[in-house]
Amino acid sequence: MALVSAFALAVILFAVLAGPFIWRVPINEIDFAAKLQGPSWKHPLGTDDLGQDLLSRLIYGGRISIAVGFAAMVVAIFFGVLVGAIAGMSSGRVDAALMWVTDLFLSLPQLPLLLLVIYLFREPVKGVLGVEGGAFVLIVAVIGGTRWMSAARLVRAQFLSLREKEFVEAARALGASRLRQVTQHILPNALGPVIVVATIDVAAAIIAESTLSFLGLGFPSDVPTWGSVLRDAKDYLDIAPHWALFPGALIFITVLAINFIGDGLRDALDPRRVL
Amino acid sequence: MQVHRVSRQYVIRKLLIMIPSLLGISVVLFSLLALAPGDPFDELATNPAVPPEVRAALRAKFGLDDPVWMRYWHWLIALLQGDWGFSFVSRMDVSTLIMQRLPVTLIVIGASQILAIAIAIPVGVLAATRPYSLFDQVANTFAFIGFSLPTFFTGLVLILVFSIQLDWLPFVYRADIAATGWAFYWEHIKQSIMPVTVLGLFQGAALVRFVRSSVLDVIRLDYVTTARSKGIGERKVITRHVVRTALIPVVTLVALQMPIVFSGAIVTEQIFRVPGIGSLLISSMLANDTPVVMGVTFVSACLVVIFNLIADILYGWLDPRIAFR
Amino acid sequence: MKERELRGLIGKVKAGKLSRRGFVQAMMAVGIGAPAASQILLSSGVAMAQSPSTYKPTKRGGGGPLKLLWWQGPTLLNPHFAVGTKDQDGSRLFYEPLAAWDPDGNLKPKLAAEIPTKENGGLSADGLTVTWKLKQGVTWHDGKPFTADDVVFNWEYAKDPATAAYTIASYQDVMVEKVDPYTVTVKFKKPTPFWADAFVGTRGMLIPKHLFADYIGAKSRDAPTNLKPVGTGPYMFKDFKPGDLVTGVMNPNYHQANKPFFDTVEMKGGGDAVSAARAVLQTGEFDFAWNLQVEDEILQRLEKGGKGSVSITPGGNIEFLLMNTTDPWTEVDGERASLKTKHPTLSDPEVRKAVALLVDNKSIQDHIYGRTGPATRNFLYGPARFDSKNNPIEFNVDKANDILEKAGWKKGADGIRAKDGKKLKFVYQTSINQPRQKTQAIIKQAAQKAGIDIELKSVTASVFFSSDVANPDTYTKFYTDLEMYTTTMGQPDPGTHMLQFVSWEAATKDNKWQGRNITRWQSPEADKLYRETEVELDPVKRAASFIKMNDLAIQNQIVMGIVQRPTVSAKAAKLNCNISGWDNNTSDLSDWFKDA
Repeated sequence: MALVSAFALAVILFAVLAGPFIWRVPINEIDFAAKLQGPSWKHPLGTDDLGQDLLSRLIYGGRISIAVGFAAMVVAIFFGVLVGAIAGMSSGRVDAALMWVTDLFLSLPQLPLLLLVIYLFREPVKGVLGVEGGAFVLIVAVIGGTRWMSAARLVRAQFLSLREKEFVEAARALGASRLRQVTQHILPNALGPVIVVATIDVAAAIIAESTLSFLGLGFPSDVPTWGSVLRDAKDYLDIAPHWALFPGALIFITVLAINFIGDGLRDALDPRRVL
Repeated sequence: MQVHRVSRQYVIRKLLIMIPSLLGISVVLFSLLALAPGDPFDELATNPAVPPEVRAALRAKFGLDDPVWMRYWHWLIALLQGDWGFSFVSRMDVSTLIMQRLPVTLIVIGASQILAIAIAIPVGVLAATRPYSLFDQVANTFAFIGFSLPTFFTGLVLILVFSIQLDWLPFVYRADIAATGWAFYWEHIKQSIMPVTVLGLFQGAALVRFVRSSVLDVIRLDYVTTARSKGIGERKVITRHVVRTALIPVVTLVALQMPIVFSGAIVTEQIFRVPGIGSLLISSMLANDTPVVMGVTFVSACLVVIFNLIADILYGWLDPRIAFR
Repeated sequence: MKERELRGLIGKVKAGKLSRRGFVQAMMAVGIGAPAASQILLSSGVAMAQSPSTYKPTKRGGGGPLKLLWWQGPTLLNPHFAVGTKDQDGSRLFYEPLAAWDPDGNLKPKLAAEIPTKENGGLSADGLTVTWKLKQGVTWHDGKPFTADDVVFNWEYAKDPATAAYTIASYQDVMVEKVDPYTVTVKFKKPTPFWADAFVGTRGMLIPKHLFADYIGAKSRDAPTNLKPVGTGPYMFKDFKPGDLVTGVMNPNYHQANKPFFDTVEMKGGGDAVSAARAVLQTGEFDFAWNLQVEDEILQRLEKGGKGSVSITPGGNIEFLLMNTTDPWTEVDGERASLKTKHPTLSDPEVRKAVALLVDNKSIQDHIYGRTGPATRNFLYGPARFDSKNNPIEFNVDKANDILEKAGWKKGADGIRAKDGKKLKFVYQTSINQPRQKTQAIIKQAAQKAGIDIELKSVTASVFFSSDVANPDTYTKFYTDLEMYTTTMGQPDPGTHMLQFVSWEAATKDNKWQGRNITRWQSPEADKLYRETEVELDPVKRAASFIKMNDLAIQNQIVMGIVQRPTVSAKAAKLNCNISGWDNNTSDLSDWFKDA
C-alpha cells in the first residue's frame, strides 16, 4: 500500500512540477466560447465558467496546494510536538503554562485574528517577498500557527502515558538521559496519532488555503489552487460536475497517498514491531 | 486509593488555576477584538445619510471611545454581575441572543458529535484489530473522503441529491415548526438529517483514524503481548487493556472537539441555514459586533479549558499509572 | 436633451398626447431616473399616475403562509435604526410610511390619504411647504388610532441626535407641524426640489408615539418595542430572532380592504444567495428570495426547475471602475493618495483613454452578470435600454495599443509598456465576491494584451467597505490605482449620487476618508454644475446639469460604468408581487398574493 501510494504521490508531484513544460496552455486564457465544457482532447479536464483550461489550472494550483499543505503541516506538527513533548515530560508549572497557551490558542476566534494578521503583516511581508511569496509565507504561518494545538495535546497525552511504561522506566533505570528517553523510547511510540494529525493537517491546510483567499489573505484571486478551484466550482456542481470533481479527487488522492506513506513509515520505523 | 486522593487534590488545584487562566485568556481575547480592524458603526460612516454626529453619539453611548483597558474593566465587572453585554447591532442583550441559538446548536451539533463518536470508536477498533483487511480498507477510504473533502462540498452534494433530485429532505433548517405532536418531531428529524450527517462524517472521519492508529500502537506494546501470553482471551485483551489505553488520544481529540457543541460549526450552519451559535458568531464578527463575539468566544474558551481539564482527569482513570504531580 | 425639448415633452404630457410612462422612459433614455422624471412632471403640475391595481383577491386572508428568504436576515426591527436594507425590509412587514415609491418611481399613498400636488394644495408654489393629508380610521396593531401626533413624533424622535437614528438626515433640516388631527405640514428652510424624503419610502416608516414617547433621545435603545414592533402594516408581529427569523400574522384590521392575502408571513435569514435561489426556483420551499447576486448562468439553469422565476427590477445602482487621480504609492503628510500628488501614469489622459478601451463591458454582461447586469458606461443611468450617444461602450485592444504607442508608451522586454522609466503597472482592488473576481480577470487579460500589467487585489468585504481609519484597504482610502465596487442609489434623486465628482467631497485624511469623492478628482467644471443643481428649483435645468456632470466624468475617464445592478429576486411561479427598485423589496407587501 505504501509503495503504491508513494508511486501515486510521485506521479502527482511529477505532474505538477513538469506539467507546465508539457501542457503549455496558459492558466488564465479566457475563452468564452469554450466555457463550462466537459473533458475533451483540447481541454482534457474541461473548462471553467470563463473557459479557462482546468488541466493547466490544476497543474499550477497543485504546486501551490501541495507546497502549502506540506509546509503548513510541518509547521503545525513541529510546534505541536515540541510543545506537547516539553509539557508531557515536565510537569507542574511548565506543563500548566504550556497548556494555558494551548487553551488560549484554541479559544482565539479565527476571523478577527486573521483580519489582524492581514492588517499587520500583509503589506510588509509582500514588500519583502513579493505577492506570491508573501502570500505563501503568511498562509503557512497562519495555518500552522492555528493548527498546532491538537498535535500538542495529543503528544502530551501520549507522553504522560508512555513515560510511566515499563520500557521507559527500564531505560530510565539504566541511566538514559531525558533527551535519550524521549527520542529513543517515547517519541517513536507516540508517533501514531502524530502521523494521523499530520495527514489531516495536510488536507485541512489545502482546504483552509482557499478559505483564506476568501478573506483576502491568500493568493490573488486569479491564482488557481486546488482549494479555490473547488470552491469556485461548487455552485456549478449540477451544471458542470467535472469542474469540482477533478480538484476534489486530486485532494483526496494526495491525502490518501500521504496517509498510506505515513502508515508505512511508521511500520518501518516502529522500534518494537511485533509483526 | 492513593491515586484517588492525589487526583482529587489535582482536580481542586486545577479548578483553582482555571480562574486566573480564564482571566488571562479573556484579556487576550478582548485585546484581539479591540485591535482587529473594523468598527461596529462602519455602515454608518459610509452611508451619506447619516451625519458624523450620530456616529459619535452612538460610539459614546456604547462606550467605544474609552481606552481598551477601561472597556475591558467594564466588561469584566458587568460579567461578574451576570451581564453579558449589549449587542451593538441587534440592540438586545447578548445573553438573549445566545440563548435563542443555544438549543438548536446543542441538538444539531450535539447529535452529530454523538453520531461521530458512536460510529468512529467501534469502526476504528475493528479496523485496527484486522489491519489491512477489506473492512479496514473500506473504513479508511470513507475516513479519507470525510476529511479531505470540505463540508461546503459534501453539504452541497447532499442537498443536490436528497433535496433537489429526490426531493426527500428540506434543506432550509427552521427552528420553529408549526406542526405539533409526532409531525413536529418528524419534521425536526427530517431537517436535521443532512447537517448532522455532514458534520458527523467530517468529525467521525478523523476519529476513526485516531482510534485505529492508537489501537494499533497499543496492540504492539509489550504488555499486551504479555497479557496475551498469560492466556487471557483475545476479546478480553482488546477491551480491558488495549481499548482503555488506546482511548487516551481519542479522549484528547473528543475533548478538543467538544467546545464546538457550544460554538457551532460555521460552514455547515451556513449551508443549511441552521440558526446556531456559529452563524451568530460569524455574522457578529463580520458586523464587528464585539460584545456578541466576546460573549461567544469567552464561553467557548471556558469550555476549552473545562474539557481539557476533564481530559486530563480521564487520562488518570484510563491509565492509572499516569501520576499528576 | 435640451431644456426646450424637455419642456415640449412636458407640454405633451399635459395635453394628453404623451403618456406618463412614455415621458418617464424618454427621461430614462437621457439618464434621468424614473423618480426624478416623475418629480419633473409633478413640479410641472402633472399629477402622479396611480398605476392600476392588479390585486385580485376579494377577501382578506386565506392565502396560507408567505415564506420569504433573505440570505442575510434582519438584525433589528426599528425602522429608524435600520441601516441595512435587510433591516428596513424586515421592519417593513410591520411599519409603513406615508407613501412608497412604485417601480416606475411614482409615489403611492400608504398612510397618506393622497399624494401632495400643486393642484390639491399639497405643494406650495415657493417649494417651501408640503402638506400631507393623512388617511383616517387607521389603527396601530394594538388598536390605538393613528393621527398627526404620531407623524410629528417621528420627526421629533429622528431629529434628536441623542436618539442616534439613522434616518436623522431626512428629518433634521425640516420643520414638521400638526395642522389638525389628520393633516401635517413639512416646512423646508430653503426651496427644495426633492421634497419627497421625510415620511416617504425606506426612511419614512412611522413608529407609534404612545409606545416610543418615553424612549426618545438617550433612552432610545431601551424601548421594548424596538424588538416587538407595533405598526400599521399588513402583518402583526409574532416573533423575532435576529439574523434568523421574523414571523408575523395577518392584521385583521388592516386599513385597505381585502388585504392582506396571506395568513402568516415569515422572513428566514442566513445562508448564501445561490442556495436561496435554489430554495425558491428548484425545490419551492420558499416563495420569494431577495437580492440574488448570482451569475446569470446559474440562475437560468435553476429557473429550469419550473417552480419559479427570476424577477429583475431596474434601479440606480451601478458597478463601476474608478481610476485614481492621485498617487497612491507616495506618502505626503501622513497620507497616501494625497490631493497634493498626481498619479504618475494615470494622470496622462492617453493612458486613461487606453484603460477605458480595455474594459469589455459587453463580455462582462454576457458571461458574468447576464440579465442581472446590463452593460453601461454611464455612472448615472436610467433603468434599462439606456442609449446615450455621448458615452458609447467601446472595447478595442488594438486601438488602446495604438493610443499608447503614439503617446510614447513603448513595450519593454517584459512586454510591459513604459515611458520615462515609469511602467504601466497597476494594482486593481475590489471586494471579495465571485463575479467581481471574474470581472477583474477579464479586464486583466485585456490589459495584458495592451502591455499593461495589472495586479489583482481582493479585500474581504467587511474590511473593504468599512470606515476604519487605520486600515489601508478600505474603498474610501483607495490606496491602489484602480478599484471597483457598486454604489447604491438608495435616494431616488441623484443629489448624493453625484457627490462622487465634486472637489470638496474628496476623501482625505482631513475628513477621515469620509468624503464621497473617492477618485479625488478636482474639476472646477463639475463643481460648478453641482452648485447649480443645489440652487436650481427648475427640475428640468437641474436634470440637465446632472447629465452634463455624468458625461464630464465619463469622458475624462474618471470613473466608468461597468454594469447596472438592478434588484434581482426569485419568486414562486404563482406569487404576484411588485418590486420597486426605488424602495424596499417588501414596500408593497400588502398587495402580494398568489394565484389559485
